[in-house]
Amino acid sequence: MSEVKKLKTPLTEQDVLSLKAGDEVTLTGVVYTARDMAHKRLCEFIENAKPLPFPLEGAVIYYVGPTPAPPGRPIGAAGPTTSSRMDKFCPLLLSKGLKATVGKGYRTKPVIDALEKHKAVHLTAIGGAGALLSKYITDAEVIAFDDLGAEAVRQLKVVDFPAVVAYDTNGNSVYK
Amino acid sequence: MRNIEFEKISQTVKTLCLEAAFELPEDVLDALKISAQKETNHKAANILEQLIENARIAKDERIPLCQDTGLAVVFLEQGADVHINPPSNDNNLTVLDAVNAGVQAGYEEGFLRKSVTSEPLDTRNNTGTNTPAIIHHSIVPGDKLKIDVMTKGGGCENKSAFKMFNPTAEKNEVIDWVIDVVKSAGADACPPFIVGVGMGGNFELSCLLSKKALLRKTGSLNKQKFYAKIEKEMLERINKLGIGPQGLGGDTTALACLIETAGCHIASLPVAVNIECHSHRHKTAVI
Repeated sequence: MSEVKKLKTPLTEQDVLSLKAGDEVTLTGVVYTARDMAHKRLCEFIENAKPLPFPLEGAVIYYVGPTPAPPGRPIGAAGPTTSSRMDKFCPLLLSKGLKATVGKGYRTKPVIDALEKHKAVHLTAIGGAGALLSKYITDAEVIAFDDLGAEAVRQLKVVDFPAVVAYDTNGNSVYK
Repeated sequence: MRNIEFEKISQTVKTLCLEAAFELPEDVLDALKISAQKETNHKAANILEQLIENARIAKDERIPLCQDTGLAVVFLEQGADVHINPPSNDNNLTVLDAVNAGVQAGYEEGFLRKSVTSEPLDTRNNTGTNTPAIIHHSIVPGDKLKIDVMTKGGGCENKSAFKMFNPTAEKNEVIDWVIDVVKSAGADACPPFIVGVGMGGNFELSCLLSKKALLRKTGSLNKQKFYAKIEKEMLERINKLGIGPQGLGGDTTALACLIETAGCHIASLPVAVNIECHSHRHKTAVI
């Protein structure tokens, strides 16, 4: 069995170039959450040259809309949502330095091409394992779009968050 | 005539929403365990083990099984001899209001995600209460009220499909199409799935049947031998697709395939497939 690759965020080009589809990885450091509406707004910000709520260079975006944090916990359940819903926004973010996305399921060709062009990867975490995955998140803070509720942009601190490289920088995929 | 208090219904619905969010039904958990043992792909077996661990954490620590705590789909079977007493402050409230009050209370108390918008295309503002629930009400003989709450995630619902076949369609045409729907759901809809199939009725009834089928236990078979045989064949073919847990390969693409049927127009053969993820959350109570 291949060794799990430990990644620290923000990621460098060197970090992602070494990853191959199917590799098991863990993420430690800061990752940002964004889903459908947040993506739409981030892209509008870029198109209007407005400053973004977080730096995209080397960033990791996790496609998740967690359940509200109960007292005493940093976050509720926090598993990945379907990645392909973000496909129409993802290439623009990749062109601005985003180095990895985390979600579940397939990506379409424009994203796969953009991953290759801008040297970035897409990771998959276990969909529907929201309770389990929440254990790897030690801190969560809403940093933008508070009005979106579960869909607000959060800055998460993660420790050894498990994922698999679904699409690598060479256009390869873990899916058949 | 038997009287049931409005509050009793909302309290029961609240409890069912909470149980659904934190406790994977035994039959689903058993199906995951059996699949984990049978799985020949060790990475797939490992994912199934993690899903079993997820269910343990959810139950023990009261963390929702999945962050998508779903849209509440509620089936009510009201005995013809049941009368619902409205609350003292408003005589106009009905059993449907009681269900929505219960859903709202459950999602608030359990720190569950509110995932319902007020309308589809314009503002898409979140109602903030996870209501309105989708409620299917029917009248049955007796003096009981049966409540099934299914909290259905959006990712798998998005991959569901409907098709109107010609009435002369061969059995295999229908089976092939169902397999195709499952195939295109793939990794996006959180396999291993529970596949609900509705056949017959009309446009809307076939879709409703495909959801009702999901209320059956994972190991159960359709009461009619003809359809039970198709259920077995479909499940076998789905598990030969090799999609596997999370779409990363393996023998376990579905835990069950459940068909419900109704008679239909001589010109029609409607078929609907409701894809359900492995986090198949539903709870039942009878008042």
